[in-house]
Amino acid sequence: MLKVEEQTPVVFSSELLAKFDEVKSRYPEGKHKSALLPLLHLVQAEYLWVSTPAMDKVAEYLNIQPIEVYEVATFYTMYFLKPQGKYALEVCRTGPCCLVGAEKILSHLENRLGVKEGEVTADGLFSFRGVECLAACGFGPVLQISPEYTFYENLTTDSVDKLIEDLKNKS
Amino acid sequence: MSRLIQDYGLWTTDYRLIKMSRKLLLEHINVPGINTLEVYRQKGGYRAVEKALKTLTPEEIVEEVKKSGLRGRGGAGFPTGMKWSFLAKPEGVARYLVCNADESEPGTFKDRYLMTYIPHALIEGMIVSSFALGAKVSYIYVRGEMMPQIRILEKAIAEAKAAGWLGKNILGTGYDLELYVQPGGGAYICGEETALLESLEGKRGNPRIKPPFPAIAGLYGCPTVVNNVESIAAVVPIINDGGDEYAKIGIGRSTGTKLISASGNLVKPGVYEIELGLPVEEFIYSDEYCGGIANGKRLKATVAGGSSVPILPANLTLKYANGEPRLMSYESLSEGGFATGTMLGSGGFIAFDEDQCIVRNTWNFSRFYHHESCGQCSPCREGTGWMEKILHKIEHGHGTMDDVDLLWDVQRKIEGNTICPLGDAAAWPVASAIRHFRDEFEWHIKEPVKSQSQNYGIANYATPIEKAPVTEEK
Repeated sequence: MLKVEEQTPVVFSSELLAKFDEVKSRYPEGKHKSALLPLLHLVQAEYLWVSTPAMDKVAEYLNIQPIEVYEVATFYTMYFLKPQGKYALEVCRTGPCCLVGAEKILSHLENRLGVKEGEVTADGLFSFRGVECLAACGFGPVLQISPEYTFYENLTTDSVDKLIEDLKNKS
Repeated sequence: MSRLIQDYGLWTTDYRLIKMSRKLLLEHINVPGINTLEVYRQKGGYRAVEKALKTLTPEEIVEEVKKSGLRGRGGAGFPTGMKWSFLAKPEGVARYLVCNADESEPGTFKDRYLMTYIPHALIEGMIVSSFALGAKVSYIYVRGEMMPQIRILEKAIAEAKAAGWLGKNILGTGYDLELYVQPGGGAYICGEETALLESLEGKRGNPRIKPPFPAIAGLYGCPTVVNNVESIAAVVPIINDGGDEYAKIGIGRSTGTKLISASGNLVKPGVYEIELGLPVEEFIYSDEYCGGIANGKRLKATVAGGSSVPILPANLTLKYANGEPRLMSYESLSEGGFATGTMLGSGGFIAFDEDQCIVRNTWNFSRFYHHESCGQCSPCREGTGWMEKILHKIEHGHGTMDDVDLLWDVQRKIEGNTICPLGDAAAWPVASAIRHFRDEFEWHIKEPVKSQSQNYGIANYATPIEKAPVTEEK
């Protein structure tokens, strides 16, 4: 459930608002609510999650009620309603990937990062979770890393270790 | 590994190793740079747009697609030409074509593959199809997780637009078309066409009650056609070679070629373009395709058309109950109804080797459907949760014999009682697993300790407990 709490108000940058305008122009006159999902993706790419004040701002921008944004943000699984690690790792946990070892990758990540599914590491860099089918079943196990959604296939525990090292060195 | 793909944030092993007899969609997949407009043009790309816009009327294009016998490649298998001909054309009302690229069915990854490597095939198909339907604005609804593919498509659309294949007055014919990519938000249900339209309108993905069908009242209440990526891409060879030529490929009412996503315990998983009518045995075991079962193991079972279709034990996968060989086609895979057959569905072919546990996999799939139920209809919202719980109980050694019957009862009460087919899709894998592997479920219950550390192995295929009626393809 979405809990509306007191949170610091956000101000969208003019760059972000320019992107909003471009997205809004894709739909016919009066149908700008269609921009809601892409806009929430843009917000998440900027802030790494979607906070209530940010949703309120999006509602204001699209001239719709805040509830219309909340109901969408809570329905779709991609929107993070609380802060995540800088790199949010999402491992596919559905049938075909499990046939080739996805469960092993998930438990390896838990050990390697020292946090449970959904928690953030102390340095704020990583969080991970299992997600449903990512449509790469033939190349499993697979994971993706938000906010860019870079995608990695044919994972082994070694390649996951290397990936985490690379990300650590990058930041 | 293609550097170009990495630029879009996709790190993949290059799996384009496939050699196949008859290719229409993947013919040039091995050509370096085929994802660019320049190379795609060199290989004959956008010929269909020229032919369609300059020499054919929209009605003639619809006629060609009808003649081709093309059936929807997203899973339902409904004839595409017929779907197009239902589109209402009231005066002064906009019409829309929406491409369904929300590929989320476990076991299916062909659309993602096509968009990754040959994005222009989809764009070319979109232009021809939009022209045929009289759409001036079209959307490609891509599932949100496929951000690399969204970046690839947006780049390709910009290229096509700069070269005059999109925008105002295309090829000087006076036809205008704008094409946009719309990301989803991560919901399997948005692959259902009316849920997709709700989502495209910026709402929760709750399927609509039909009728009215999208052909009458779809996007923004306007007449709309929703087609799968592969169906739209297939329009290109149909226009190039003619519908009659296309119809010569394949077998019976299953015309043309089909992309099959092969996954699970296979030597060479990947995406294959097959001519419909290929024997299942050849598809699994020949080196041209999957190359057999990985690690020298034996085949236990298959799911032939994505997680929603009934699972079949190895013997019924390869042959009908009467011993005749089974083929990869809409009709042959559903031969025997649900008692001894399955469905072609979206072409997501999952192979299970002898070490795989059917109970665990059924639990996994049930968890998926529970997670993805939109919550609109009670039988699905509650029933999928029940099924997941019961299967979790059996899988983890706490099941009782009554649970198997309860599971059967619950799935029966979901099927056919929901607005959209997700309820059926959740019920069928459970029903078929019990139908064909009841002994394995019972073994889990009788051997709660052993089943935690061992697998049942190749099943003693149980006799069907109920003769299910032959379900018509929707």
